[in-house]
Amino acid sequence: MSLSLADVEKVARLARLAMNEQEIQAAQTQLNSIFGLIAEMQAVDTTGIAPMSHAQDLAQRLRQDVVTETNQREAFQAIAPQVEQGLYLVPQVIE
Amino acid sequence: MQWEIVIGLEVHTQLSTNTKIFSGASTAFGAEPNTQADAVSIALPGVLPVLNKGAVERAIKFGLATGSHIASRSVFARKNYFYPDLPKGYQISQFDLPVVGQGALTIQVEPLSGNAKPYEKTVRITRAHLEEDAGKSVHGDSQGMTGIDLNRAGTPLLEIVSEPDMYSAAEAVAYAKALHSLVRWIGISDGNMQEGSFRCDVNVSVRKPGAELGTRREIKNLNSFKFMQQAIDYEVQWQIDTIENGGKIHQATILFNPDTGETRAMRSKEDAHDYRYFPDPDLLPLEISAEWIEQVRATLPELPQTKQTRYVNDLGLSAYDASILTASREMAEYFETVYAAVPKDAKMCANWLIGEVNAQLKRDGLDMAQCPITAQQLGGMLQCIADNTISNSGAKEVFRTMWAEGGTADAIIEAKGLKQVSDSGAIEALVDEIIAANTDKVAEYRAGRDKLFGFFVGLAMKASKGKANPAQLNDILKKKLAG
Repeated sequence: MSLSLADVEKVARLARLAMNEQEIQAAQTQLNSIFGLIAEMQAVDTTGIAPMSHAQDLAQRLRQDVVTETNQREAFQAIAPQVEQGLYLVPQVIE
Repeated sequence: MQWEIVIGLEVHTQLSTNTKIFSGASTAFGAEPNTQADAVSIALPGVLPVLNKGAVERAIKFGLATGSHIASRSVFARKNYFYPDLPKGYQISQFDLPVVGQGALTIQVEPLSGNAKPYEKTVRITRAHLEEDAGKSVHGDSQGMTGIDLNRAGTPLLEIVSEPDMYSAAEAVAYAKALHSLVRWIGISDGNMQEGSFRCDVNVSVRKPGAELGTRREIKNLNSFKFMQQAIDYEVQWQIDTIENGGKIHQATILFNPDTGETRAMRSKEDAHDYRYFPDPDLLPLEISAEWIEQVRATLPELPQTKQTRYVNDLGLSAYDASILTASREMAEYFETVYAAVPKDAKMCANWLIGEVNAQLKRDGLDMAQCPITAQQLGGMLQCIADNTISNSGAKEVFRTMWAEGGTADAIIEAKGLKQVSDSGAIEALVDEIIAANTDKVAEYRAGRDKLFGFFVGLAMKASKGKANPAQLNDILKKKLAG
């Protein structure tokens, strides 16, 4: 499988990446070489091997349901571009 | 032309944990904007999610309560989309390996129209998975800008997905209500619909009976059962009209406008459904041991379905009564306390609860938890009916007084002089007087005018100021009139 330029453009748009034509072509070459690696791995016979969903063969540790965080709004909002009445402001989004 | 309606539901229920699903920030409702939005909730770079045990426990409870498969190993995945109320750029959810697998929920359906009888139905549950809620967008205050409150971001949700097993708005509403009651019953969610703790997405399609499933449209974010019914009714009619007029249904996400009662398609974003799920590398697989499942099972209360069966088999109640008495845990607990006071009269308890108590609650706009009469008070009153201290009509007066002013049944009966006359000597004397004073009517009765019996009962009741024990009075009157 290999990606077309249109595929790369679509992935870039989904990831909100602005890319010019040159960058798109470079990304296409790089992504296709990754697909080559995947194709090699796909060729390995994995019959009878349970798929892993994480590189580490460990289980998730769980946290007790106890409040540990305090209000740090002021600190967090000090670096926000725009805030108003405690809200983060972003360019209008209307569905 | 006959059309068949097919409905499936996706319900997002907020879990009643103290903290968020992946961080120790509080989930309390109504806090000042962003005061509960910690570093994880606002997705500061470098932070890592740590799964909340309480959220997993609640998911297990739900799985057990619906007889569902609980995965010994499930996986969290990233669902990618850009929206400002989700600052990471993805929602952590579950995809191909959810925590809860197939199960089922049995519901009682009350048809909305005509004289159709209530019936029972089982709706299959496809799966239920854990995920995080998004923040809230606040429109309007600032020109050209949207305000973002991330307090809700990261609140644990259990998304419960049903099979398309419902064939009418009534069935969809009955399923949603049963699910709503169940999550509160087992204590995994407060179910507060105004606060968004229980939100329903409804997938609707229509088809000719026996045909393949039609194309569905998904009505998003319904937070009232009434709106759900209205939205489904409108949408079904719209789809039928569209097809009958030669049009085609296109898959779409739609919104219901309660003000106009109409549904309309959301502007469809080209890439809206390209979520590119993949396992979240920040989270390891969730493992649930059989031992843990058994520990959780031990904390489950008796479930509504089990109670219903017990009420029908052991107490002799109808399936309908049993389903109403188990509509909420408060109701069932109230019923059981009342019943403990008069253990021979389950049906009488059911009648009073389903009749007087429910009707009065409805009139006053209260729910069971706010009932001004305690189960002990009502139980005391029913004891007085059972031992013939008061008649049914006397009981209604006691009930009204109790509702408005409080007090025990004994005190109200005493104060209002409602004690029933069950002394047969006193009733006989009263009946003798009436017979003596109405010889002409007695003669007519004896000549075959049976209808006059009611006339004598009326007179006797009046003479006793309504206090004569009705059953006893009937017996004595019959005997004496027969001559």
